[in-house]
Formats: sequence, structure tokens, C-alpha cells
Amino acid sequence: MADRTWQGYLRPDGRKGIRNHILVIYTVECASFVAQEIGKDEPDVHVIGFPGCYDNDYAIRLMLALGTHPNIGGALCVGLGCEYTQPHRLAGAILQSGRPAESFFIQEHGGTRSSVAHGKELIQLLRARAEADAVRVSMTFADLTIGAECGGSDGTSGLAGNPVVGRAFDRLVDAGGTAIFEEVVEMIGLRDVMTTRAASPAAAGQLAATYNKMLAYCKAVRQYSVAPGNFAGGLTTIEEKSMGAFAKSGSRPIQGVIRVSERPPRAGLWLLDSVPDAHFMQFGYTNPNDTEGIMDLIAAGAQIVLFITGRGSVIGSAVSPLIKITGNERTYQRMIDDMDFNAGRILSGAVTLDEASLELMDLIADVASGKPSKPERLGHREFFLMYKHQDAPSLEAGCRV
Amino acid sequence: MPSAFQVHASDNVATLLGEAAEGASLTVVGPAGTSEIAAREEIAMGHKVALAAIAEGGTITKFGVLIGTAIRRIEPGAWVHLHNCRSQLDERSGSFDLHTGAPGDNAHG
Repeated sequence: MADRTWQGYLRPDGRKGIRNHILVIYTVECASFVAQEIGKDEPDVHVIGFPGCYDNDYAIRLMLALGTHPNIGGALCVGLGCEYTQPHRLAGAILQSGRPAESFFIQEHGGTRSSVAHGKELIQLLRARAEADAVRVSMTFADLTIGAECGGSDGTSGLAGNPVVGRAFDRLVDAGGTAIFEEVVEMIGLRDVMTTRAASPAAAGQLAATYNKMLAYCKAVRQYSVAPGNFAGGLTTIEEKSMGAFAKSGSRPIQGVIRVSERPPRAGLWLLDSVPDAHFMQFGYTNPNDTEGIMDLIAAGAQIVLFITGRGSVIGSAVSPLIKITGNERTYQRMIDDMDFNAGRILSGAVTLDEASLELMDLIADVASGKPSKPERLGHREFFLMYKHQDAPSLEAGCRV
Repeated sequence: MPSAFQVHASDNVATLLGEAAEGASLTVVGPAGTSEIAAREEIAMGHKVALAAIAEGGTITKFGVLIGTAIRRIEPGAWVHLHNCRSQLDERSGSFDLHTGAPGDNAHG
């Protein structure tokens, strides 16, 4: 496992990508159809955007974090022409990162047809420049940032799916890489479990503060991150789901807490806090669906996200490949075209947790080397973003307008 | 013989690794060793079986942590789920369909 190397893309900021995608960013829902049409039948083009006309700093930070993500080689920003978020400002910030970037307003280019045609021309230009600019570079696990998210959890998730990811995270951290887990709202009852994993007193303080904020938030909005499918799959309470979800963090010390669109300042294991901060509008639910959390992990720089699903799921993600893992043998067989990894073999005794985690690391290296994950092969590139408030990250994410 | 996994030696529930019919003898494996218990009722894979009697108001422990409170007495071998175990925080806990988990407390009824 340790000697796996592959060719990646060296970006001007020193980070390395495993894909060279072109990103189309729409700045309001009114521009989303045109943006999706621009990306249609363009296998390397991924489309993201923000639906609101009124702007939101959290959303702008996230779109810029994705526009300057190591897997992205260039970007096209498309607006309607009325909205607050300015496509040329986004493109300017992406240009500053050393990537080719273009932008236009639909209202200045005619209607749907002419805007789509114009966008397709710009995509060709951007692709040619991204290919010409590409610097191939050797990569190892130490160059990877990997996120982990679970969704559609059942009774097997906490026994096999999440533990195998946790063991792989231990291996990644030991190899000098960076691991990020999130879903703070699924750490109910685990304050002490979290703080005893802290790498330093400062990290323990961050973890305790993150836990306390989360609990106050959940009580205030009366939202707990547990769903009908979880119950049907055998999970009875949010407390039960939480300990199973936390298993994907593995066993290494937690270096600290980052917020959305912030990058881990150094390698090791990090917790991503996506819970809204106290704000005059108090708006937004966190964790409205799996895709939101996955995008938050990618905005932190994850080149790959491991997605653990007991009951099964048919999502992928924009920007970074999703690798789908299930601890449920039946789900694996039922959704074999969608599932990358069968961790149910741990429960049947066919493999040990250790053996399975080594297999998973090999699969990660294969996907990093360019082999498409199953969601990629099926053409999945889900994206989701909505209004939220978080205080600006304390660390410079390098992507603010 | 169907088996169940006890994650932590202090747990009073184990997770079914396959389906158990009523009266089935379950092999419970885990860090506390191997034991047997008879399922008092049908229990689905991924669901929990009580390993000991739990009094009303007693705590239910899995992974070595508290995962809920018994809302009625639970006998050894019983299915532990929404009908007899509640979250200590989630106010909606207890309003979900026992088998599908579907909510019964929102506008669609």
C-alpha cells in the first residue's frame, strides 16, 4: 500500500489534483438551465451554482473553494444579469489562483440558445488552456486529502462500513495524508469521546466548543440528523446513530476543527464543522441531505470522498470522485452498479477489518490514478448549496472575493 | 444459526447480523465472548436484541455509550426499537412508525 504512486496535476498553489475538470458555476437559479446545458455531453465539465438571487458569503466562499480546488483546471461563471453574486468577480478570483477562467451574463448574450452556444465555445477554450497548462506530477497518499461522509445508515454502518473507513483513515494519516470527517450533528452524546481524541489542549477546546454549539443548535431548531430509513434499518435513536457515524474517524488524534471552505492547515485528522453559527437570521438547517456534506468536504480540499451507506444510495458528486462503501451485503448485491466496496464481508467473516481497509486503500489509489469510481462511471455529479451563515473562517481559505 | 454482534462488553443490546425468527436461538459474539439468547420475537438484520432485562426508565447501552432510555420494561431476547426505546434529546423520537420509520407527526399525517 505505502509504495503506491500515480500521476496527478500540480496546481500553482502547490496542491495536487487527481482530475483536471472544468467547472461551470451559475450565480442564480435563473442561470442554472443554461449552465446545465453548457455542461451537457461534456464528460469533463461539472456544474455547480447557487440558487439564490440575494447573495450569501458562505455560498460564495464555497463556490470559490471549489473553483480553486486541485481537481479543477479551469472555470466558467454564468449569471443571468440581475443577481447579487457577480460571475466576473468569481472568475477573477479563480484567475488569480493561476487557472483559466471566463464569465458572462446571459442577458448580454441573447437567450437560451445563444448563451449555451457561447458557453460551449468558452468551454473548448478553457479545456485547451487547462490541458496546455497541466503539469503532471507524481503523487502518493501523503498528497491526498480524503473526506468521509455517511448516508442512508443502517445497523451495519456502525459495525462495518464506518469502521473500515476509520481504519483506512488511520492508514492515510500514518502515511502523511489528510483525513476529514464531518457530520457534527451526528455526534450527539459524544462530547467526552471527542475531546479524549484531541491532539492538543487547543484542539480539545475547539472540539468541546463545536460540540456545545451543535447541541444548542439542534435543541433550538429541533432537528436531529436521523431519518425514517435509519429507523427502518435498525437504528433507534440519534445517540445510537452518532456513535456508529463517529467510527469513521478512526483512532488517530484529532488535530482541530475547520469550518466550511477552510482547508486543514496541516496533515492529519480534522473535524469539519458545517453547523450554522449564531446569526441574526438564524436561518438554515445543516445536513439537509448527503450531498451538502459531501460538497463541504470537497470545499475543504478533499480530492476523494468516501461515502458509507448501509441502505444504499445513488449519488455521486461534482469536482471529486465519490467512492461508495456499504457494510450491508444485500445492499451491495442489490446496487452492485453503484457500490464500489463491499464491507459486509467483514460481518460475514470473509475478511478482517484490517484486510478490508488495505483493499480500500488500494481502491483509493486506483481512483486517484484515474480509474473512475462507480458513481463517476454512471455520470453522477450531484451538487447542492443553500443559504447558510458561518462566521468567516479563522484561517485564510485563500478564496474570498 | 443467526448471530448478533455485541460491540462493547458493557452493552445490554446486540445487533442482528441476519434475520431472526421468533424463538430462534441467537449466537451473540463480541468482546465479552460468545453467548446464546433466544429471540422473543422476529427481529430483522441490523436491529437490536436485548441481552438482559432492562427496567422502565433504564438506559440502553451500545458501543459502550448511552443510546436511549427504555420507555417500558424490556425482556431479555426482545426487539429493542422505537416502541420501547427513546432518545433523550430528539423530541420526535416515539412518533415514528415502528416498521418503516415514517413520521406520523407532520402535515402529511
